[in-house]
Parts: sequence; C-alpha cells; structure tokens
Amino acid sequence: MNTEEKALIFELSKPGRIAYSLPACDVPELEAAVCIPASMIRQVPAQLPEVYEVDVIRHYTALSRRNFGIDNGFYPLGSCTMKYNPKINEDTARLSGFAHIHPYQPAGSIQGALELLYTLQNDLAVLTGMDQVSLQPAAGAHGEWTGLMMIRAYHENRGEKRSKVIVPDSSHGTNPASATTAGFETITIQSDASGMVDLDALRAAVGSDTAALMLTNPSTLGLFEEHILEIAQIVHEAGGLLYYDGANSNAIMGITRPGDMGFDVVHLNLHKTMSTPHGGGGPGAGPVGVKSMLIPYLPKPIVGIHSDGTYYFDYDRPESIGRVKAFYGNFGILVRAYTYIRTYGPEGLRQVSECAVLNANYMMHRLSAHYEIPYPGVCKHEFVMSGRGLKAYGVRTLDVAKRLLDFGYHPPTIYFPLNVEESMMIEPTETESKETLDRFIDTMIQIAEEARTTPELVTGAPYGTVVRRLDETNAARKPILNCSCGI
Amino acid sequence: MTRPHRYIPMTERDKSEMLAAIGAAQTDDLFRDIPDAIRYRGVLPMSPALDEISLLAHMKELAGRNTDTASCISFLGAGIYDHHIPVIINHMISRSEFYTAYTPYQPEISQGELQAIFEFQSYICELTGMAVANASMYDGVTALSEAGALAAGATKRRELVVSRTVHPEARETVRTMARGLGLDIVEVGYSASGVTDLAALRAAVTADTAAVLVQSPNFFGCLEDLTAIEPIIHGVKGLFIVSANPISLGLLEAPGKLGADIVVGDAQPLGIPQSLGGPTCGFFAVAEPLMRRMPGRIVGQTKDIDGKRGFVLTLQAREQHIRREKATSNICSNQALLALCASIYLSTMGKQGLIDVANLNLRKAHYANSQLAFHEGITLPFAAPFFNEFVIRLPEEGPSVSEINRQLLTYGILGGYDLGLAYPELEGHMLVAVTEKRKREEIDHLASRLGELI
Repeated sequence: MNTEEKALIFELSKPGRIAYSLPACDVPELEAAVCIPASMIRQVPAQLPEVYEVDVIRHYTALSRRNFGIDNGFYPLGSCTMKYNPKINEDTARLSGFAHIHPYQPAGSIQGALELLYTLQNDLAVLTGMDQVSLQPAAGAHGEWTGLMMIRAYHENRGEKRSKVIVPDSSHGTNPASATTAGFETITIQSDASGMVDLDALRAAVGSDTAALMLTNPSTLGLFEEHILEIAQIVHEAGGLLYYDGANSNAIMGITRPGDMGFDVVHLNLHKTMSTPHGGGGPGAGPVGVKSMLIPYLPKPIVGIHSDGTYYFDYDRPESIGRVKAFYGNFGILVRAYTYIRTYGPEGLRQVSECAVLNANYMMHRLSAHYEIPYPGVCKHEFVMSGRGLKAYGVRTLDVAKRLLDFGYHPPTIYFPLNVEESMMIEPTETESKETLDRFIDTMIQIAEEARTTPELVTGAPYGTVVRRLDETNAARKPILNCSCGI
Repeated sequence: MTRPHRYIPMTERDKSEMLAAIGAAQTDDLFRDIPDAIRYRGVLPMSPALDEISLLAHMKELAGRNTDTASCISFLGAGIYDHHIPVIINHMISRSEFYTAYTPYQPEISQGELQAIFEFQSYICELTGMAVANASMYDGVTALSEAGALAAGATKRRELVVSRTVHPEARETVRTMARGLGLDIVEVGYSASGVTDLAALRAAVTADTAAVLVQSPNFFGCLEDLTAIEPIIHGVKGLFIVSANPISLGLLEAPGKLGADIVVGDAQPLGIPQSLGGPTCGFFAVAEPLMRRMPGRIVGQTKDIDGKRGFVLTLQAREQHIRREKATSNICSNQALLALCASIYLSTMGKQGLIDVANLNLRKAHYANSQLAFHEGITLPFAAPFFNEFVIRLPEEGPSVSEINRQLLTYGILGGYDLGLAYPELEGHMLVAVTEKRKREEIDHLASRLGELI
C-alpha cells in the first residue's frame, strides 16, 4: 500500500484545467451586474480547485483505497450492525423512477413511491409490534428525539407535567442528548451486578414526574432484559411511557417484538438492522413506530391510502408534533430497506436474527478463555469483553484495537458501554462465516499472547496502515479544520 | 432447519459445530432469556420474500409508476432542484470502501473518508466565507433548526425571529425544535417586493432575540438584502443566521463576508439526486467564536507519530457520546456519503465551472421570467432581484395552479410549486425554477402551454 501523504484536491490545482462540461448558453447572456445589485455580487470567486476529470477520478479512487468498508473485511463494530450491504439495494435505489422524482410532484405521478412507503410503514409496524410508523426521521438519534417529542405531547395533552427521562448507565449517548433536546431532564440509573436494569433503582427513580424510560433491549451489553415485563409495569404504573432504542434490533426480528414487551415508542436504525449502507457516517434512516394512543402525535405527513386504493400524503393531523425534517425522510434509504425486507420476508428475517445471535455466542464462548467476559451466560447479537486483564502488561484495549488493524480487521467498538472497564463490544452479524469468526478469534488470542510476551509490539501498533497513531490531543487543542491555505 | 440464503453463510454443519462448542442443544436455547409470554411464535404478516428476478421486476414496476424528471421537463424547485449531476459522481460514490464504511472511528484505516470530509469542510468554508464547517447535517432544514438552537445557547436568549420567506418546511421544523427546547418563534412577514419586511424585522428584534433566521435566495427565489438585515440583529448582539443555496454562491457574495454568524443550507444542488427529497445533505458553517458550540462531527488535520499529515475526528468534547445530556446536539449519524457527492461535484466544477453553472441558472431563469411575463394575464408580483427561481401570478378567473400543473404534465412538463399550499394569500401564484438543464425551447414550450392554459 502507498503510505505517502495524499495531496488535498486543492493541492492538485493548476489554473486553466477543467473537469466539467456545460451546454453553451442558448438564451441572452445577461450579466449578473445588470440584474443583481453590486453589493450582493461575489467580489472574489470561490477558490475551488482547477483540475481535469482524471485528477478527480484518481483523487477519490486514491481516497477510497485509504478507507475500510465491510466489502474490505470483517467489521465487528458493536451496536453498529455492520452487516453486508446488498448490491441489489444500491441498484433499486438508483432506478430513475426513485432517484429522480421531486417531493412536490402531484401525488398521482408518484404512486409507486407512495405504495413503497405505505408498505414499508406497515411492515415495520408489524415487525416491531407497533400500530403506526413514521418514516420521516433521518437517523437513529433523530428518531429518538422525534419519539420523545411525541411522548412530551402525549403527557402535555393529558395535562400532566412530566419532566424526567430515565436511562440506564449502559445506554447510548444519544439517549440523554435526545432527552435534553426534547426538553427533558435525564436521570441515569445504575445497572445491577448482572448488567440488567436494577429494578429497585428503577422503582426508586420513577414517580409522577417520569415521562419515559429509554431502553435498548438487548442492551448495549448484548443482554436481554429478562425482567422487561416487570420494568414495563413499573414505568407504566408510574404513568410513564417506554421508549425502545432499536439500535440492537438485529437480535430479535421475528423472535420477540418491542410492542409485545410493553414499549410504546420504537425507533429502528435502518442503516443497521436493514442493511442500508452507513456511507462513512450516513445517510441513515430512523423510522419511529408508536402504539395507538400516540398516533395523533406522529410527525406529518404520513402516507395514507384512499378507499379507491390510491396513496396520498396525510397532512391533516392537528395534534402532530409537526415536522422533523424536510419532505418525507431519507427516501433513497427507505427504498434500500424495503428491497432488503423483500429479499428475506418474515421467516428470512427471523433466520437473520438467529444466525446473528449464534455467531455472537460462538465468539463469546471461544474468547472467554482469553479475555474477561464481565457478563457470562447467553448474549444476543453482540457481547462485551474487558481488556483490563492486559493492563498488567501495560496494554490497553485501545492497543488491542490498533493491533487488529495490522491483521486487516476493523476493531470492535471500544470504551463503550461506559460501565465496563476497558470494554470491547463485538457484534459479528449474520453475514459472516464461521471461518471468518475463527480467524478473527485466533487473531484476538494471538494479540492477547503478544500483550503478555511482547507488549511493546501491541502498544506500538499499527504498523501497516497509511498513517500510524495520530495526535488527537493537538488536533483538538490547535484545530486545523479546513484548508484555508487557498490555492 | 436453516434455509440457505445468499447473504448468510451458516450451513447446517456450521450451526451444529457452533452449538456444540457453546454447549447448546439448539439455537432456541440462546433465546431462553426472553420470557415465553413475549416470544413471537408465528410468522409475522409482513411482505413476503422474493427471488432476485421477481424482486427486480417488482421494484421496476413500482419505480415505473412514478413520473421521473428524466422523462419530463421540470420547472419544479422549492428546495429540491433538477440540476445536472456529472456522471463521474455516481462512479466515485459507488466505491464500496466509501459507502460500506461506518463513521471513521478508527482514523488509521479511515484516512480516505476523513480527508474527504476535511475537503468538504474546506469547500463549505470557501463557498460561505465562514471560518469553520462541520461534516454535514441531515438536511438544510434541520441544519437551520440546529443553528437556531446554537444561537439560543450561545446568547442565553429564548427567542428566534424567522422570516416568512424562509422555506415553509424549514419554519415548521424550526418550530418543532423550538417546542423541544422551550424557545419562542416570532415570524416576520415579507414586503411587496418579495423579501423580508425590514421595518417589521426592526420592530420584532429586541434584546431578547437570540437570532434572526433568513434564507437567500429566499423561498420565492428573491435575494434578501443581507447587508441591511445584519445591523438590525447585531445591534442587539444577537446572531445572524443565513440559509443559502450553494450554487448561487458561485455568483452571490458569501454570507460570511456580509456579517453572517452561521451559514447553513442544503447541498442537494451539488450533485445529489432529488430522490423524493431525501437523502440530501445539510451544511453548517460558523464564525470562529462559535466553533466549540457546533453540532455534529468535525474533522481536523494533525500528524501521526512519524510526523506524517493525517486527519481525525476532533473537538469531540461537544458530542453526545462524550457529553451525553450536556452535548450541544444529539446528532450522531449525518449524511457523509452525500457530503462526498457535494465534494466531488465541487471538485468537478472547479473555480470556473461553479461560476458558469450559476450564470446559466441566472440567465435561463431570467429568460423564462421574461417569456412568461410576456403573456397577458401572467404577472410578476415580486420585484426583488432573483437567482434561478421566481414567482408568477396567474389570472384569478383562470384554472387553479394544481389544475394547470395537471394539464402541463400531459405535455411532459412538471410545473412550478403551488405557493397557495403554504401561503394562503398567494393562491394562484406559482414558483418557477429554471436550472442549467432547461433548454431555450423547453422554456418556450412552457411559456406557450401556460399561455394556452390560463
């Protein structure tokens, strides 16, 4: 691999080169100065690079070669469900009738798109055991906030002032952040010794000010909350609602449903469970499902069907929390998710979850002889290990992660959840083979051995990447956030 | 019995070996922690599975029931535009090293994405004239909402003044956000020329105003006089937030040069398909004093232990995974792949191309404007300067905008946005968008058909 520094696109610029092709102007060549006041006209042209088409192709091809995706190799990033992103999804989303339609076209001219959205709303409602789904939120955190805004509207309409949202200490950071942006105060409760919600702590925390409990189930520890029905009862009896963070839904499809567990609101991360690509950080999609009493508060519009079988955008929702995003959600992602659902059907999706859970348990079992498993037993789609046993040799979880890079793996999620010291969260997903899992496990065992025998080998890693460990402290202290050098 | 599926490698033999290793008799034992009362035992009544041939046929059938803008002549804009997408963009964003990667948490194997984001930030700063930009937001309207939230936090004030010329869906989204944070929204109307009413704005802005939120070109396509608005809000030490169309910035002065504190917008015009309005990509740029209050991911340049240039996610102390309930925003996933689209677009257009494409938009829109106004009965209600979009008023006694659009579609024309939908007082008004893709004869075609229909 070429480990030279890669030039910025701006650094390739040479005056006079172009990479674009535009038609000649076939209308009068009006000058901006004639129709726009001078004070509004740009004085200095934007200093964009001047390159030709081959420069652009080689530049982004080179950048892509300095990046690692699922198609490059195993990516057991816990809570992120890095499963294979099927290629057919990419093809269907690019069909002209999906990619090149305008959100304000007459509904009659986009009936195929509306049918897809309507069907997806229903399929996701069935999958999660909810009564209605909105496809509008753009990502998981956006779905959380949307759900909390509905919970807020629900309580307010009942004349109740409920200001607190309870989250366990193992929750995703987005949970408390979403609670704050929805105007709630967050109460964090400790997990019990087995990693579950501490029922006594929950009982002590709930009250007449409880708006909701936000829960990921299976939790970020990969554990199913065995007392979920009791948890739901405690929260509901206090007058609160239950919010399901669907980031970990890959464990439960067709096996159990949040709606049946007692949850009132659910979001799904289609870019996790439904295989839509993460795109290097997005776009995602975070649909939200609700039980019937919350349907009036769903963001508008949702897709409805007339008695004659035609579909329409339903804006007539006076109690809606309003709009949370422009238009109707990340439609292109929804097309991919729908395509994915149709490649499996309900029985196939159940098989997805069964295989994901078996893969995770197999890995946990084999690794348990070499790394500390703080919560043994059965896990669901992911599990958490602790690297604290290696601290005696001066090796930390970060070092293990960096060493994995030299073997061609994307490391697990590290230092999360926060309630496990030196944590590593491993999620294999169902699309990885036993051979891949075995090779990764063997590598992890080898790294543990290296940590004991040649710790400096591990702490100095990685060696084979285009850059080695980067100075993150200085990056934050003296931020260089753009190429203001000009050209 | 596990049925083979092309995405799942587990064979019956794998399964039995793995179960044996674990010491479980069957897969179901791994779900023993789920209470029986909530186990789903049937088959979920969802859409059934299809083989690849049938699925492709089904998806093509659904797509085929939509009239796409490749098969008609679009004059529809209002936030989503029919611009040319250079062919190389799709080839580059189809590199699966980009699109199948997660957020670049491991910088050593994510330098490609990190550098691409760093370049995106650089492009946005250059276009907007701002000091710092982030890695992207969900879309332009959520970016505007977050800008309002930032302003409230930075000024410790609870009121946002929003012009009614801001996109109606943006204003709705800002209102939803404001309800969450307990902020007040004051809307200011527009003048006879189609831009923010400055007298009303002056009256609305007080010492409690956290920010003024405007859009330019505004929803009517008119250019706001940012130079006149700036002193009104800075006079009370509030923040000036501008939502801008990135292609227009090829010709129009960068809002940062006109005193904006936060500049946001939607990068859809920069090579992103319309896709029923999403996914697009919001951009978000601020003046330096606001840097540590920005929402979202930010990439910074640094060095590795050998002194080599590299890039990392930085200033993470603002973010939800560190700050939890004290974070500046809850955003996590953003729209990275679309930010890449926008970057490749700007790399392709370059310095001259952006000016040229902006000029084509300006000229074709002005040509269309004059051709449409030529018809007796069609009037131009707003006199303010415009870029690539403008408002026409149809005769009161004639058919409605939606009826005209229905008729236009039979001629293969996607007509403009019906402004009466969002502005009751503008019933009978149509917002017409004209991009570089529209040929003179297509514009003439619209003018002729419209002349017949009114």
